[in-house]
Amino acid sequence: VLHATRPLHTTHKCLAPLPCLPEKGGEVRYGLIPEEFFQFLYPKTGVTGPYMLGTGLLLYLLSKEIYVINHETVAAACILSVIIYAVKKYGSDVAAFADKLNEEKVGKALAVKNEAIKDLEAAIEHEKKEQWRTEGRGYLFDAKRNNIAMLLEANYRERLLTVYNEVKKRLDYQVATQNLKRQKEQDHMIQWVEKNVIQSITPQQQQDSIAKCILDLKALSKSAQAAV
Amino acid sequence: GPLSERRLMDVRLGELPAWLAACDLSPQGLLGGAQKAWRSYYDKYINVKRGGPAGISMLLAGYCLLSYGWNYQHISKVSFLVSV
Repeated sequence: VLHATRPLHTTHKCLAPLPCLPEKGGEVRYGLIPEEFFQFLYPKTGVTGPYMLGTGLLLYLLSKEIYVINHETVAAACILSVIIYAVKKYGSDVAAFADKLNEEKVGKALAVKNEAIKDLEAAIEHEKKEQWRTEGRGYLFDAKRNNIAMLLEANYRERLLTVYNEVKKRLDYQVATQNLKRQKEQDHMIQWVEKNVIQSITPQQQQDSIAKCILDLKALSKSAQAAV
Repeated sequence: GPLSERRLMDVRLGELPAWLAACDLSPQGLLGGAQKAWRSYYDKYINVKRGGPAGISMLLAGYCLLSYGWNYQHISKVSFLVSV
């Protein structure tokens, strides 16, 4: 259970960003004695104080045989001279090499950082572009609305046309049936009338009409002959 | 500042016993003190961009002195001195 009132991160210092490393280490004289020692003795003994102290100490140690001179002294002297010669001769080259290595490391880290920054900036640009794109929503929806309105209109007109066609078909049917009925009545009536008329012609009437026709023809042929 | 938090060089001579009494002499305290001492030495002479021979040479010199001190009894014996 974490108590919400307990403050966090009270004891640790914030580690980021790390402070820069110092350029040079503390000053050291002759590679062995820090400069602070000389500064410590300067007010009381001046510049030569520490050297006097060192010489006196050395003579004391030697004379009292606290430091014994034996084969190890000779060995130490030889080793020290070789080491000092090597450091003096090749020190700067080694330092340059180490600096180069350091540069490469720092350069790689910087490259990664710059790469990351570039990527993030590109992402920001992209995001802004996307935000600009959303402003076109209005146009998109207008176009879609127009499309839908067009579809609805077309559909409506189609159905209107269908309705008209259907109604026309039914009305045509009615008209056709009426015409047919009238036609049939007419034909039937004519046939019936003809049939009755033919039935009503008696054979006597037939004889009479034939004789009248012959007389008429004779008269006509006489008048025709006369005309010729 | 308060006596217990001052470094040795900032303590006056008269206050030395009081400072010794106030400082933390338990194992953890000593370990912490040793860590702090190493940390300050390391940050001053070794953990720099362009160090020199001074950083490790002082450590080696200290080791030489320490080992001479430990072996002084043996080195100063006459038998040892005559044998070489």
